[in-house]
Amino acid sequence: METLRPILAEHPFFKGLEEHHLDLIVGCASNVRFNAGEFIFRQGEEANKFYLIREGLVALEMFVPGRGPVKVQTVGEGEVLGWSWLVPPYRWIFDAHAMELTRAIALDGKCLREKSEQDHDLGYHLLKRFATIVQENLDAARLQILNIYEVRA
Amino acid sequence: MTPRVCRVLRTRRETRDTFTLDLRPPEGAQDFQFAPGQFNMLYAFGVGEVPISISGDPTRPDSLVHTIREVGAVTRAMRELKAGAVLGLRGPFGSAWPVEEAFGHDVVIVAGGIGLAPLRPALYAILANREKYGRVILMYGTRTPEDILFRKELERWRARLDLSVHVTVDRAMAAWRGSVGVVTTIIPRARFNPHNAIVMVCGPEVMMRFTIAELEKRDVRLDQIYISTERNMKCAIGLCGHCQLGPAFICKDGPVFRYDRIRPFFEIREI
Repeated sequence: METLRPILAEHPFFKGLEEHHLDLIVGCASNVRFNAGEFIFRQGEEANKFYLIREGLVALEMFVPGRGPVKVQTVGEGEVLGWSWLVPPYRWIFDAHAMELTRAIALDGKCLREKSEQDHDLGYHLLKRFATIVQENLDAARLQILNIYEVRA
Repeated sequence: MTPRVCRVLRTRRETRDTFTLDLRPPEGAQDFQFAPGQFNMLYAFGVGEVPISISGDPTRPDSLVHTIREVGAVTRAMRELKAGAVLGLRGPFGSAWPVEEAFGHDVVIVAGGIGLAPLRPALYAILANREKYGRVILMYGTRTPEDILFRKELERWRARLDLSVHVTVDRAMAAWRGSVGVVTTIIPRARFNPHNAIVMVCGPEVMMRFTIAELEKRDVRLDQIYISTERNMKCAIGLCGHCQLGPAFICKDGPVFRYDRIRPFFEIREI
């Protein structure tokens, strides 16, 4: 039977993982597709998945009263969407909606949390990878806050 | 050096705080030869003189184009100029983007904000000899969709099959259909050969520092990266020392530098 294993093994996010860990992860993975405009998750909902984007573009937005939805980040091909599944209370902080037809691999965070509790090495390798993503996003967010394009006379 | 007199042919507003001046080449000259990346000292009579990068097409020396951000008294005075008005001009000055050294390589252009203006002549020159290059990629980041410079031209470039254009903004409302995030976030998405690429970067210094860090993650060597720097240029001929950066004068030895040659000084806060 064809599985998502070869795709996950090739993906930079899982690069270097041991075979038996990859086997555990494949059991929590599924193919998903979102049409343009479709919400992938909404702020406040339970966060129990993350996504490896294979194609398309996803906007992370926050609804600001009086201004409407403000886009804070977009996530595209090859990138990872979502880490709220990792940290209690496991709720999404932003809305995510597909800006165009988006194909992704969804990974069940609840399933991975349970497997990580049983196999701490798996948990360590996942957290190590997510720490890099969190750090990159934090750097990018800080640059955004700096408003570096503003020129003062 | 005495400024030569140039007449304004046309002015146009680009964004909220930037505008473009099309000038007739100085009196007595048929055209104005320059290399991509060079700048002129423009003099608003009675107000002052400022260094402005040339943003026009080097293959069309009959028109002399500068794109200017309004940040002080001199640039405000320039914004008020109408067709037929006159300006003083000295130049062109400074070093150029390595458009010929990049023959046979992939070319990656990373621009932030007004930094697209000095890079545009390099892109014109590359597109005029497109077959001599590998992949050509433009990555452009700015504050909001309203701050996008040369919007129509970016749309035309985006439609080309031999040029890959990525635009991102720091923040946007729902109507924006493109990427959101600082320009460094789109570098991992760009498809180029990091071992055979020449990278040209221009924008705020913080943006350039983070861009270079991101390029290093992709295995681009520092000697493949060129940046355009900005300091307080006055004389433009390496005499006054206002724009000194370590052993270099930005006006004479720059503004375009190969990054490995300027790095030790670029990272010193005091200069």
